[in-house]
Amino acid sequence: METKHIILLAAVLVLVLLPLVLVPDAEYGGADGAAEDLISETGYEPWFESIWEPPSGEIESLLFVSQAAIGAIIIGYFIGYEKGKRAPREDTD
Amino acid sequence: MHIMEGFLPSPWWELWMAIMIPIEIYGIYRISFVTKNNPKTKPLLALVGAFIFVLSALKLPSVTGSCSHPTGSGLAAVIFGPAIAAVLSMIVLVFQALLLAHGGLTTLGANVVSMGIVGPIVAYGTWTICKKAKVNSSFGVFLAVALGDLLTYVATSVQLALAFPTSAGFIDAFAKFGTVFAVTQIPLAIAEGILAVFLFDFLVKYKGKLLSTIGTINLPSALKRGD
Repeated sequence: METKHIILLAAVLVLVLLPLVLVPDAEYGGADGAAEDLISETGYEPWFESIWEPPSGEIESLLFVSQAAIGAIIIGYFIGYEKGKRAPREDTD
Repeated sequence: MHIMEGFLPSPWWELWMAIMIPIEIYGIYRISFVTKNNPKTKPLLALVGAFIFVLSALKLPSVTGSCSHPTGSGLAAVIFGPAIAAVLSMIVLVFQALLLAHGGLTTLGANVVSMGIVGPIVAYGTWTICKKAKVNSSFGVFLAVALGDLLTYVATSVQLALAFPTSAGFIDAFAKFGTVFAVTQIPLAIAEGILAVFLFDFLVKYKGKLLSTIGTINLPSALKRGD
């Protein structure tokens, strides 16, 4: 990890956290939902329902977390494997 | 950026679906071509797919006071080209439509076109221009991925404005949806660009030679380390 990368990661953190500081009173609902409201205002009725919906917000966040975790495992495995392949061998136990 | 299930009337959902299908077929052909020619690209394919999985699951707050998520498909486009990015994006979108009621099957075509086709084409085009102009590769990746992410949301706004023009017309509707989607997305697009640079630098360091064999990336020979 070079200094450049530490600065880059810090920048990502700032970008994500800054809105919470700048606009503390906002609702932070989904942009998808906001668009849905705009469409519903025109009186449009969706003509097809989702085949299956997560029974609650908790289950939905479980599934979202699983999606992120699966991806993160693969990325972490790949990075660790490549780094490990090139690591010096003398300290194996 | 997902258009919710049932929220696109005929003929729009059919149109986007019709645009999506041939590109997906070509993308599947590209994946089998690339992996057959060079089986060592398989883990790399998994890696860029995983990047889309992680980023599209992260709903991040934005300065507009609402949340949205990055797409992750720009990095796949830079490394493997837009057609392969389209296939990887569709996998994620089907996962979200079936298990999360996020997006939908009837709107799959529109969502794949914005996140898996328009965004990646913009990212790939930007990357190609940066490469020709000999821009620093980290900055090129940042610009390509950030623009690809942002234009995904512009595309979604266009799709919704086409389907739901206001009485003042398409432009007015586009401005409305653009405010919701594209403006929210600006800081998130920058964040995605930075994360992509992070992963790209790692790949150049450890997989430089392999990246060069795919053909979308020409690295100076000094950077072609690893396999």
